[in-house]
Amino acid sequence: MQKNFTQLENFGHSLSAPSYLIKPTTTDEIKEAFSLAKKSGLSISARGAGRSYNDAALIGGGIMLDMRGMNAITSWDPATGLFTAQPGVSLEQVWHKVEPEGWWPPVVSGTMTTTLGGCLAANIHGKNNFKMGPIGEHVVEFTAILPTGAEITCSHKKNGDLFYAMISGLGMLGIFTSITIQMKRIYSGLLSIDAWPVRDLHEHLSSLLDGAPNHNYIVGWLDGTAGGKSLGRGQIHAARYLNEGEDPNPQETMKVSNQVLPPRIFGVFPKSLLHYFMSPFMNNLGVWGVNTAKYIASLRKHTFRQSHAAFHFLLDYVPDWELSYGRGGLIQYQSFVPKETAETAWKEILKLSHKNGLPSYLGVTKRHRPDKFLLTHAVDGFSLAMDFKVTNNNRAKLGVMLQDFDRIILQAGGRFYFAKNSETSAETAQAFYGKETIAKFKKLKKRCDPNGLLESDLYRRIFG
Amino acid sequence: MPTPPKPVQSTPLYPRRRGIIVGASQGTGAALARKLAKEGYTLALIAPQKNMLNAVCEEINSAEKEVCALPYVHDVTNYDEVPGLLRKIVADLGGLELLVFMAGVNYPPGLENYNFEGDRKMIEVNLLGAMAWLSPVAEMFQSAKAGQIVGISSVAGDRGRIGNPGYNTSKAGLTTYLEALRNRLSRHGVNVLTVKPGFVKTEMLKAAQGGTPFAITPERAAEDIYKAMRKRKQVIYTAPIWRWIMLIIQLVPSVIFRRMSF
Repeated sequence: MQKNFTQLENFGHSLSAPSYLIKPTTTDEIKEAFSLAKKSGLSISARGAGRSYNDAALIGGGIMLDMRGMNAITSWDPATGLFTAQPGVSLEQVWHKVEPEGWWPPVVSGTMTTTLGGCLAANIHGKNNFKMGPIGEHVVEFTAILPTGAEITCSHKKNGDLFYAMISGLGMLGIFTSITIQMKRIYSGLLSIDAWPVRDLHEHLSSLLDGAPNHNYIVGWLDGTAGGKSLGRGQIHAARYLNEGEDPNPQETMKVSNQVLPPRIFGVFPKSLLHYFMSPFMNNLGVWGVNTAKYIASLRKHTFRQSHAAFHFLLDYVPDWELSYGRGGLIQYQSFVPKETAETAWKEILKLSHKNGLPSYLGVTKRHRPDKFLLTHAVDGFSLAMDFKVTNNNRAKLGVMLQDFDRIILQAGGRFYFAKNSETSAETAQAFYGKETIAKFKKLKKRCDPNGLLESDLYRRIFG
Repeated sequence: MPTPPKPVQSTPLYPRRRGIIVGASQGTGAALARKLAKEGYTLALIAPQKNMLNAVCEEINSAEKEVCALPYVHDVTNYDEVPGLLRKIVADLGGLELLVFMAGVNYPPGLENYNFEGDRKMIEVNLLGAMAWLSPVAEMFQSAKAGQIVGISSVAGDRGRIGNPGYNTSKAGLTTYLEALRNRLSRHGVNVLTVKPGFVKTEMLKAAQGGTPFAITPERAAEDIYKAMRKRKQVIYTAPIWRWIMLIIQLVPSVIFRRMSF
């Protein structure tokens, strides 16, 4: 086992935890791993691409299953759009398969490296959350293996309680072995995008609110460095699908080769080196300069067409961009706040970040609606994701500030998302999930995993 | 063994480094444990004496106002116990970045006497005990391509002298073993630090015959070790003056050295 000992990190490179790494390729190998965990008295966990910003895909000192060994697409029907695959299949594999035939995943994350299993465990949302809900709403059926060794099939109707708990269940009830998702029909490889600037937080949020119904996707960039009257300024990008006939040559635009971004800039400069050139700007002054330039450039209201991949997978635009944050890495703080209280709450936290000299280097806003999943993070309102650089000098101050943030967001009736926040306390989680939800989750946990084999560092922190 | 209380968990803003100290119930081991806890380590402390070990852990945890030292009662000559205990500790700590092997015994036979029982005990604890712990940890660190191993050898390993052949041998063996590990592991990003203390004012010093020049406190030795760990050094002497003393002693030709009473 010592030979499998592997240093694993979270997406932001801000946390590392070594585990005994096993890469199963069959369901039987997962079963063997469960019995190994039981025999050796170790906790066990599963991870996909490890794209969580926190400790959701870490289990320090335990057994980690790298599910990317199970990455076969088992069935695809271009007539109905039903897609079935093993959990280690990445969103990249999914859209490469379905797009040329006129389909697109109903919900995608900001990076295409995430796996289906990981997407379900976190119950990811996209820029269309207000319309399409989280990915779980498009899952027709899944099979999973429980730590007891039992294999189960779940859908809305069959084992409904587990369906709504395992999706969003952070991988703590069982491990997905097969996932069937309904894809979304598209009539072009392009989206029509409206872009417009917003001068302050009020305009920002009302733009998201009013812009959402007329579009399929909406997302805002928030300049975390702007204060005073410009607090919350930024730019909105709202996209809609092209209707049948709007794109004269859909076969061409839906080709994978016409979707993907070139690996070099101007055909010469490799993008894989770009993050080195970003590092010098990753400080308060540098980011202020870049953001101000970006805001001025965004002042022109315009409409343009862009490929699905280019619009959705912004995080893949600069490979390894997270390395530009330096040795301490980065953390993300994402809060989901009802539309009635969001403006007041975020004004308060944005001001607090300025007062502390710790502005967010990247702010992203989205529009959301509630869903029925047990550990849901959604509200009828908005989300604001803020990236913070972590250094040895700012750690303590940032920690105190985020505790203040948590208090403000909780008072505003907000929630948090466990693919993102790394500093949320067990008490805070209990406050927004509610005691009843946690009791229900723990009861299901006891049923699926009586020996408590499945654990992650996140689970230990929040539910342990 | 009862489940120890849960240690504080690592988060990006409150990161914890995790280490094991084998031989931590007293002397330099306990001093190093206090120092590392202060520097933000979560530690598994190992020793055979339950009461002393618990006392050290309690003292550290109350000084730091959080659970950062966990006691594990274990005699390093129970070699078969090591792999299982190591796994348990790594799981309890939530990872591992550091192993310090500090355990050591000294049974001077006296100038006129030979004492196989004592020699055997010294090899079993000082050398075999170290190998039992260091080899599985080396395998883990090599695989993880990260980590640091600190072995407490001694100036006594630099030359065979008339006073204590068994002790000299155990420490010379340990020094060589650590060097070999270093050569194996440095290419995998793992640092191996050999610490060669001279005289340190601990229980063990009471066994020493003759004078004890340049004796330092365990706290001073712990400071030196921590500094060397941070700089990822390969070999240090503590107090540092022993580097020069031992250089001279190593240069003394055998024809003279075997006639000395040293």
